[in-house]
Amino acid sequence: MRRLALLSAVLAFPAMADPTPADVQGIMQRDFHPRGQATMDRVVQDGLQRVCTETRDRPPADVAKALEADQLKTIVYPEGSLMGDWKRGEAIAQSGRGLTWNDKPGDPAGGSCYNCHELSPKELSHGTIGPSLRGFGKTRGTGPEVQRYVYGKIYNAKAYNACSQMPRLGASGTLTAAQIKDLVALLLDPASPVNE
Amino acid sequence: MKALAFGAALALSCAAYGQDVAKEIQRYRQMVAEGSPAELFELEGEELWKKPQGPKNVSLQRCDLGEGPGVLKAAYAHLPRYFKDADRVMDLESRLLHCMSTLQGRSREEATARVFGSADRPSEFELLSIYIAGQSRGVKIEPGLSQPKEKASYELGRALYFHRVGAWDFSCASCHGDEGKRIRMQELPVLYKPEAARPVIATWPAYRVSTSQLVTLQWRMNDCYRQMRTGPGNKR
Repeated sequence: MRRLALLSAVLAFPAMADPTPADVQGIMQRDFHPRGQATMDRVVQDGLQRVCTETRDRPPADVAKALEADQLKTIVYPEGSLMGDWKRGEAIAQSGRGLTWNDKPGDPAGGSCYNCHELSPKELSHGTIGPSLRGFGKTRGTGPEVQRYVYGKIYNAKAYNACSQMPRLGASGTLTAAQIKDLVALLLDPASPVNE
Repeated sequence: MKALAFGAALALSCAAYGQDVAKEIQRYRQMVAEGSPAELFELEGEELWKKPQGPKNVSLQRCDLGEGPGVLKAAYAHLPRYFKDADRVMDLESRLLHCMSTLQGRSREEATARVFGSADRPSEFELLSIYIAGQSRGVKIEPGLSQPKEKASYELGRALYFHRVGAWDFSCASCHGDEGKRIRMQELPVLYKPEAARPVIATWPAYRVSTSQLVTLQWRMNDCYRQMRTGPGNKR
């Protein structure tokens, strides 16, 4: 009886072994297909996605630090002030368009910000996956350091928190430098409704 | 009415405005539950199930959905499951495709030319799905989990749920990972927890109130991947 139980445990083993990210990627490459701008390279993980998947978004501190340093290098800062126009920023924050298989390549994308964050108190339909950003600029001012941080965080959130759920909006080619500047203004400009 | 989009678990809530909206949506759902357009789609699905089609000009009535040839009672509630004749795990749509090919002699290309339909004209798969799901009313959802391939499929699904990928680095858990989160006003069930998933999954296929459209679980997951910025997951 005991031997039988052991045998069935051995037989069951291949099915019970945890699939690796490589196994999952194999399934996606077999079953997914390209459409519009969503080409097959989208189902191939980069190193960061792989580590975050393997560690369930909790990489060891030294690994997280190395990943963040790596991601920081992707950020390209424009010359001069990083503050654009908060009104344009509000429109970008509202829009959830961009990079899907039915978005036309070249059409302006949005930041999908309200999907996850509270920003202007006038917009009641906001998500809660990310922290509330209401009043974000009030305590932080508009100095060059905070501008640089906000610009960098939007450009590549993973440079500050390796396995953040926030997309790398600049590094992924979703938003342009000018659009990110407008979002910086939405968060920091004292005239922005975010800072009412 | 089982085939109703979104369970009470997905009811919206937020601030005073949110509560008013939530109340209205709840009222509308109640109304739809009492006389859902989905019932008409079920009748259309039944006609399609019995309609002779394909090069062999036969109906799907001898299709074995796991409970025996032609047995519809409880079949949907026990899918996905392992099928010996195909030597793989199949969900409802893939099993229907198998029957369209083996029984009716139809090609994969022809049968899958229009997997997802529109509000005006649901697809064959959508109509068949809602008819067949209707024959599982009141049956506990118990997909196959005893076969080694069923277990492997389950484990792969679980790994896929946490697999971060695509232009925006999302996994299913990016949105459906923690309790009490929302996208805009939409509450997000934590679908890897059976107690949260069960009442939600039991309402699919669904008549989607916001688009007046009949949609299947395959549509739902495919549209999630669209928003996750990968390509579609239903290979033609």
